[in-house]
Amino acid sequence: MLEAIMGLAMSLGDPTFLVTFQGAVNWSVGFLTTVAIFAIVVLGLNVQWGYTGILNFGVVAFFMVGAYTSALLTLGPATGFNAYILGLDLPVLVGWLGAALAGALLALLVGLPTLRLRLDFLAIATIGIAEILRTFARSGNGLVNRNEGLNGIPGFLAGTVDRGDYKWLLLAIALASLLLVYLLVRAATESPWGRVLRAIRDNEATAQAAGKRTTVYRLQAFVLGGAIMGFAGALYAHRIGAISPPGFTDLFGTFLPYTMLIVGGAGNHRGVILGSLVVGFFWFGTPLVQESLPDAIGTNVFVWRQFFVGLLVVMFILWLPKGLIAEEARVSRFLPRVAGGPSLRARITGRFRAE
Amino acid sequence: MSLLEVVDLEAGYGDVLIVRGASIHVEPGEIVTIIGPNGAGKSTLLKAAFGLIDIASGTVRFKEQDVTRMPAHRLVEMGAAFVPQTDNVFPRLSIRENLEMGAFRRKGGTTERIEELLGRFPDLGSRPGEQAGRLSGGQRQTLAMCRALMLDPSLLLVDEPTAALSPAARQDLFRQIQSIRDSGVAILMVEQNAREALEISDRGYVLVNGAVALEDRAEAMLTNEDIGRMFLGRSEVTG
Amino acid sequence: MDFVQLIIIGIVVGSVVGLGAMGLTLTFGILKFANFAHGDMMTLGMFTAFAVLGVVRGPTLEPFSIPAGLILAVLVAGSAVALLAASLDRLIYRRLRRRGSALITMAIASLGIAIMTRAVVQLIWGPLPKRYSGGINPSWSIGELRVKPDQLLIVGLTLVLAVVLYLLLYRTKLGKAMRATADNAQLADVAGIDTERIRQATWAIAGFLIAAAGVMFALQAQLRYDAGFEFLLPMFAAVILGGIGNPWGALAGGLIVGISQETSTYWIPSGFKAGIPFVLLIAMLIARPRGLFGSTF
Repeated sequence: MLEAIMGLAMSLGDPTFLVTFQGAVNWSVGFLTTVAIFAIVVLGLNVQWGYTGILNFGVVAFFMVGAYTSALLTLGPATGFNAYILGLDLPVLVGWLGAALAGALLALLVGLPTLRLRLDFLAIATIGIAEILRTFARSGNGLVNRNEGLNGIPGFLAGTVDRGDYKWLLLAIALASLLLVYLLVRAATESPWGRVLRAIRDNEATAQAAGKRTTVYRLQAFVLGGAIMGFAGALYAHRIGAISPPGFTDLFGTFLPYTMLIVGGAGNHRGVILGSLVVGFFWFGTPLVQESLPDAIGTNVFVWRQFFVGLLVVMFILWLPKGLIAEEARVSRFLPRVAGGPSLRARITGRFRAE
Repeated sequence: MSLLEVVDLEAGYGDVLIVRGASIHVEPGEIVTIIGPNGAGKSTLLKAAFGLIDIASGTVRFKEQDVTRMPAHRLVEMGAAFVPQTDNVFPRLSIRENLEMGAFRRKGGTTERIEELLGRFPDLGSRPGEQAGRLSGGQRQTLAMCRALMLDPSLLLVDEPTAALSPAARQDLFRQIQSIRDSGVAILMVEQNAREALEISDRGYVLVNGAVALEDRAEAMLTNEDIGRMFLGRSEVTG
Repeated sequence: MDFVQLIIIGIVVGSVVGLGAMGLTLTFGILKFANFAHGDMMTLGMFTAFAVLGVVRGPTLEPFSIPAGLILAVLVAGSAVALLAASLDRLIYRRLRRRGSALITMAIASLGIAIMTRAVVQLIWGPLPKRYSGGINPSWSIGELRVKPDQLLIVGLTLVLAVVLYLLLYRTKLGKAMRATADNAQLADVAGIDTERIRQATWAIAGFLIAAAGVMFALQAQLRYDAGFEFLLPMFAAVILGGIGNPWGALAGGLIVGISQETSTYWIPSGFKAGIPFVLLIAMLIARPRGLFGSTF
């Protein structure tokens, strides 16, 4: 399982590791790196869902496409029993760029036929992409090395520091990337373009009446979000060095980011980063306390945390729909801020229209 | 005793008040028409009285009972019925099924009532199996009113029934409304075609900015010069 | 494999997809949002029937491979999932409706419910696959073709439930009120129909159908905790093909999905057949988003 590989692999067998200072440091560094990568995914999702109201249930597919693309571009040609396409031995930064482009391309392919229709059609279309990509990766001969996956993916700047210190560099890379993406999406969503997105989300008819081609704007936001998710996938691939189809589960790669978004507060970039940290701590932290939980829960801790994450989403939707940090409602940065969120009523469909 | 009494009603959508302190009443067996400029809150007043819109303050009494904020289906049980302006039939149900839906809360006698109404309105009675979505605008309005009559209401609220109709269909519909009144049903109607509506009405209200600006007998309103100029078209004003 | 044989398998698979899609399209048409928990309700249905079989088994009903207890198991699983679906509406969706939440918010809530349901199935029955019966079901040969009695049972039950659903929607007051609510819920309210009761009934019917689909699926395959979720996309493809809110369209759509998915293996490696429903869905959205048969009931 993916999470077993990520950050926690070294610790699970040894419940005493947290007791040592070094163990706690190691865990925290790995944990924060993972959360930073997740936060990037969630920022991409925030552009799509939080700002534009596009429901993408295939987040893990974009992440996976990015991971595979960057790996295939930066790995050497296939040797021995391995069989995969490309293997161009390109620099890691080129791989990351390719990953973002691949995520954007996938978004374009899925978005073009669906985004001009009802918004739930995109959700339906995306629910299956991940499973299809996994199947293709597993079944395609000579495509991406099937279930063995891609191994030995080069780390970024791996040779520049001691092996023992590389985790710090990884954390720095992940945090720097997060900062970069945060600045990018903030600039994008606070621009006039971002205002149009919110207008479309809150009242499509009015935005259309104002002459905005809503489908084009939606597609742009969907593609931007897809590129960001692809980039996050690349960061992930180069961090862990080995990827394979079973690692990209819907639960882990799609539902967990949604939970982070909803808990943090959709439409608020800082909120969703906080959400990534809080939900990430719950998700990656529960296995650490497995030993001290009652047996009934402890033996099934992975299933129980899945249950609670589902419950968390439902409870937040019911009782704290704006999340921990609500979106700031404002008309323009030149006008005073308005109290409360954007009009939810604008999103109501099927009520009696006003005169 | 008034059949329907609306006192100082304030209602609207979200934080926006559209009806601002309107008071009206309807007596048994009379036709009352509300006229007024666009955006005056006529339809909103009607919907709020029927419990379809959030009421901020004021009271609605029906048959001497306080029904303020009561859900629509309870009012239906008490003998009120509402005909929306648009989307007022179930397009994928047949004419007969539309009428059956109007009788969802009726205990017995449904078939007889349907036959009675189909007989009274031959436009519908000639093809009860037709999908309502295929009917003309006028036939839809007729069907919508018949649906509302299925539970033998004592009050019918009608929202701009002639808005999308041709002049000929309009005449038919007003005649139907008169015949419904003649069978003992009181009617409260919002209308844009003020002159024709007032001609069949007993009383009328002019609603401006969400409040009642004038209330009078219908024939008096037809001859009122201010009303004539504003709502009836000046050239038509006589005497 | 022989092409005609593939069509037969396609009809069997398509019946299961169609059976589930009929319920999915009903909730889509009346509640107006895409229920992403439908697949996991299918899983819950097949496992509930498995639990019933653990208590009541009875003799094998020749020529099928199923034990007599499965009849009871279908009824119990169907009722249980129906009750759960209606209760979830009470607890969650009705609150969201009253608050005027966006329909898309309800879709996210349904995904949360899906995740919780899958967790519950794993907590109760564990992560390992299960089977209803260890016995094999010998095929009947018709010329060159082979058909298992179990397969005929799956297709037969689907047809019976489709007819029952037809009678319900067109001959009963409840069914007509369901169609009216799908057409125009506000008008249904105004006409005096208790639309909340209609919505609950819709959930219950969809729950029963999807549980039955789950049991039918498990007659042919292993019970896995993620089996239902994998049916979600084929079922949605069937719903869109048939037109949202149209149960007969959904059944036909299910058969189209099943047959094209299975016959595709005649030309392409079977590993790729999972992509067929997706291709059909996208092709449909491009060509005819209102469905082959329109959204008419």
